[in-house]
Amino acid sequence: MELKTSVSLAGVELKNPVMVASGTFGSGEEYSEFVDLNQLGAVVTKGVANVPWPGNPTPRIAETHGGMLNAIGLQNPGMEVFIKRDLPFLQKFDTKVIVNVCGKTTEDYLEVVERLSDEPVDMLEINISCPNVKEGGIAFGQDPKAVEAITKAVKAKAKQPVIMKLSPNVTDITVMAKAAEAGGADVLSLINTLTGMKIDIERQCFAIANKTGGMSGPAVKPVALRMVYQAANAVQIPIIGMGGIANADDAMEFILAGATAVSIGTANFYNPYATVETVKGIEDYMRRHHCSDINDLIGIVK
Amino acid sequence: MAKIKLTGKVLKQDMLMDGIYSMWIQADEIARQSVPGQFISVYTRDGGKLLPRPISLCEIDREAGTLRIVYRVAGAGTKEFSAYQAGDPVEIMGPLGNGFPLKEKKAFLIGGGIGIPPMLQLAKELNCEKQMVLGYRDQLFLTEDFRKYGDVFVATEDGSSGTKGNVLDAIREHHLKADIIYACGPTPMLRALKAYAAEEGMECYISLEEKMACGIGACLACVCKSKDVDSHSHVHNKRICKDGPVFAAEEVEL
Repeated sequence: MELKTSVSLAGVELKNPVMVASGTFGSGEEYSEFVDLNQLGAVVTKGVANVPWPGNPTPRIAETHGGMLNAIGLQNPGMEVFIKRDLPFLQKFDTKVIVNVCGKTTEDYLEVVERLSDEPVDMLEINISCPNVKEGGIAFGQDPKAVEAITKAVKAKAKQPVIMKLSPNVTDITVMAKAAEAGGADVLSLINTLTGMKIDIERQCFAIANKTGGMSGPAVKPVALRMVYQAANAVQIPIIGMGGIANADDAMEFILAGATAVSIGTANFYNPYATVETVKGIEDYMRRHHCSDINDLIGIVK
Repeated sequence: MAKIKLTGKVLKQDMLMDGIYSMWIQADEIARQSVPGQFISVYTRDGGKLLPRPISLCEIDREAGTLRIVYRVAGAGTKEFSAYQAGDPVEIMGPLGNGFPLKEKKAFLIGGGIGIPPMLQLAKELNCEKQMVLGYRDQLFLTEDFRKYGDVFVATEDGSSGTKGNVLDAIREHHLKADIIYACGPTPMLRALKAYAAEEGMECYISLEEKMACGIGACLACVCKSKDVDSHSHVHNKRICKDGPVFAAEEVEL
């Protein structure tokens, strides 16, 4: 049986629905020692700001049961180094390039969006949901008016389709999803990490220097899946689902719940082959269920 | 030559002292590529514990395709490893990190506590006059393994063996001299050695540790403050897992 695994996100054709979650995969170079990037639907880069960001003090991570906390603080080399060094690397592969954009102010985001407008970038993912930076990030993502406003501002400047990455740290995800859609977002991605905390009881201090961190990994999957389902049923635009996806079974749950594509994040850390294994596993699932087109499975569980 | 994650086989496990274990692992593809000062990520079988435990290589037998790790039981993950027996599978990734530069200069190899094990493979491969200075709290481990490769000087905090005090006390008591320092151990020890090397005008290489997630330089969890702008983010954060774990002492702030 001929399998059609390709999906379309705002006119961008991905050869399969499997991509990586921003911040877990760098710009692909480190993981290219383990996986053939040509096999991925897309590579989503770590957040890129207008200038280099040093990130937070260490320790930046802590393990939790079935997951982890991180407060990296969006350390990144800034857009000029990214364009000069990381984009040419990604250009060598037959995969779509999605650049995650971070900023402290609306102007910061727009500066990156404009700078990338003529670069070989397929889509932009706007990070309005990082819980680990004091300014920007989640500050834009927890108020529907702010979500709509920044989405509009970005859309007015962006030449590539825009993905708005939503925070789960909100009372009602559908309100934020609708706000982003109203602002003109082409695609939504969710979830970013859930704000959490860990205390080292022997040293009687916080396990990570930032006190709080973003929780990710298999432990957050049910929450992520619920939010993807809710968002998918609240808006017309496609959804990229993520949050604890580690294998094809997890990926299929998100696709059946309404995600057009899925991202592997934390799983890369403990299984660097997770992405390509998921690609293959989805094909196996399709054969097993006599499904010739993955698009026929998106959102069929209502 | 590439990093790989594989299922190795435990060949032998011994308790060297209370809470310190030695494990030999068959892992051909990793062992063949490994150099002193590198480390492996070891993964637990407990699905609740996702992140690898980075553990330095104590010995490497490239011909036999085997690795030795000597580690301290510090939590539930390493406790699980300590129960592995010969024949058991063990998930590992490696070789990771840069390793020590091998220079032909009269050397101090200095290890403190669980920083002692990585100095053993270095002692085997360094082709120069070597003085091993090993600092312990009280009980000794691996001390005899080092004697094959040069003079060994011991310091213990309680004075039960060798010099009472730390590794620098042992160096001073024996009036030892060298041109280069290779060291691994707790941060206060590395800080003192960095200052000592600067005073004495010695080259000094230190191996650092930090909590890690990916182990390969992608996640930016395990950074240390560096004097120069780092190659990755162009700030002052070198990645311990990839740019290190071994750094020239003057390169990093401790």
